[in-house]
Amino acid sequence: MGRVTYRLSADHDELRAVVRELADERVAPRATEIDATAEFPWDLKELLAKQDLLGTSMPEEYGGTALDTIAQSILVEELARADATTSLIPIVQKLGALPLLLAGDTEQKARYLPRLASGEWLIAFALTEAAAGSDVASNRMRAARDGDAYVLNGSKRFITHGSVANLVTVFALTDSKAGGRKGMSAFVVETDSPGFSAPRVEHKMGIRGSPTAELTFDDVRVPETNRLGNEGDGFKIAMTTLDHSRLSIAAQAVGIAQGATDAALEYTSQRTQFGERVVDFQGIQWMLADMASQTEAARQLTYAAAARVDAEAPDLPYWTSSAKLVAGDTAMRVTTDAVQLLGGYGYISEYPVERMMRDAKITQLYEGTQQIQRLIIARQLLQRAGVGRAATKAGSETIRP
Amino acid sequence: MKIVVCIKQVPATGADKRYTDDLRLDRSSVEAIINPLDEYAIEQALRLVDSGGADAVTYLSMGPEQAAEALRRALAMGGDDAVLVTDPALAGADEWATAVVLAAALDKLAPDIALMGMASDDARGSLVPGAVAARRGLPLLSYGAELAVDDGAARIRRLSATGFDWIEAPLPVVATVTDQVGEPRYASLKGIMAAKRKPLETWSLEDIGVDAGTLRGGALTRVTDSRPPEDKPPTERIENVAAVEAATRVADWLAARKLI
Repeated sequence: MGRVTYRLSADHDELRAVVRELADERVAPRATEIDATAEFPWDLKELLAKQDLLGTSMPEEYGGTALDTIAQSILVEELARADATTSLIPIVQKLGALPLLLAGDTEQKARYLPRLASGEWLIAFALTEAAAGSDVASNRMRAARDGDAYVLNGSKRFITHGSVANLVTVFALTDSKAGGRKGMSAFVVETDSPGFSAPRVEHKMGIRGSPTAELTFDDVRVPETNRLGNEGDGFKIAMTTLDHSRLSIAAQAVGIAQGATDAALEYTSQRTQFGERVVDFQGIQWMLADMASQTEAARQLTYAAAARVDAEAPDLPYWTSSAKLVAGDTAMRVTTDAVQLLGGYGYISEYPVERMMRDAKITQLYEGTQQIQRLIIARQLLQRAGVGRAATKAGSETIRP
Repeated sequence: MKIVVCIKQVPATGADKRYTDDLRLDRSSVEAIINPLDEYAIEQALRLVDSGGADAVTYLSMGPEQAAEALRRALAMGGDDAVLVTDPALAGADEWATAVVLAAALDKLAPDIALMGMASDDARGSLVPGAVAARRGLPLLSYGAELAVDDGAARIRRLSATGFDWIEAPLPVVATVTDQVGEPRYASLKGIMAAKRKPLETWSLEDIGVDAGTLRGGALTRVTDSRPPEDKPPTERIENVAAVEAATRVADWLAARKLI
């Protein structure tokens, strides 16, 4: 394929300005309370829905706005700059909808996408199980065929928005002999189906307003028309989804890092010690310069990867994993430095940076740990160099022809 | 029922403003926004559309070419179309020249209500609405906390020292509203996308039948000096102390000056 380049347009600048205004005025003032109460911000979900910001990954024919991937990154980035929990609302709406967008048929899309694009419904993505995290292929949940339906049994864990979603994309084995790689299928399940429940919501270090739920399926009957793609396509659908969705996490990490950099710059500009503004000390300036430049590097890598998503570049996983790896580590480092720059004030909840530091940690964990990202990157690296072996286990299925 | 909302593009509130040698604002140096007080007029007009009280909203602005950005932003909030009156002869226009031009453009647009904010954030003359009404020979309903329309008349609710008054005039009218109208809406993403396709016309002085020669160089008034306010006395900051102590010190400070 040809060279992939990117350039931010006036539309991108306008979107950033609009979302930043909304985030500064409406989201940032809520962030401390959302973190303290660990309650899902329904008011902000309604606001994002009203502003048409939950359907940005969905086609216009279904009520979405079909923004390019750089624009979607900017949306997430600007929300995360104010509050990581709130930024997860559009992130998970896209994550949950991606299997539908990638593998759903026209009838399925027409049935569900309009309600997701408008934000009337929330959707979650249920892949992880208690004993199957990075090792997706070891999933155990079952979907047994029964006439023109499937009966789902089992449980999922660490499902973001699992307890607040109206719809869940679920991955379950339709052929347990064939195993997770070949025998898993994807379904969309309405959460008011009998037998579905979300019995537990986790207590977490960060992104505390975003409910992370355990889901149980007890003889949940799902019509055949809710299966996405063919039987056995589940693993491929899940991996392709993650190839696309992990870029949202890179954007979230960039936003968190920018929020922490801005907060640290503001604080050190006002704080006086030894008769001088703290920001005038060179040692402080060096830390701020590192934070700003590293955040910018992560941002540009995220946009470069976003351009490759839109160009459907064959080495997409290399780029999205690289962006997620670099941005997640940057967010952790930058927020830690922000706490350092605020000193004792950085450690207390009166200032936002300790929350940002706790929120940053999740970006190194979810949608593939940083270690899994490295496996994916290395696998592609070796393949490019022509020295790859048949398969390293993780990431091997992410490569499409 | 057609409303024309007149808006002005102004430098962002709090921006570091610079002036040219002839004491005009250097507009190229600062971020420009819709005059915040005009956003309440936009909100009021759109609420009338939402409630069925009005059918169409047109935005009108006089300004340099880049003022089209402000019109696009207004169109993203809602409304139907926009007109920018721009002409080299209008550089440095004062309130009088602005009123002459807006009145001529409004003659052409012929709205039932010409709606404006109560003042502009940069010049703060608050003269244009009255001057436009006078030039067009129309009633002025000013400083409305709310604007209502029924039965061929417009009414505003104006706060008074003792409560509020309702003031009514037959259409067509010129009206201004205050920030009591309610918070201006945010432009939605679909609104922003739709705004790019809404009609935005550019008119010259010739298009509205104004002879540049009658504008006397665009102004009857002249800015003779411009300077920032005197430095304030040093600010005393109370920080890094417990809330109770901070409050006590603030109270002591006010008490020492016999303010409480």
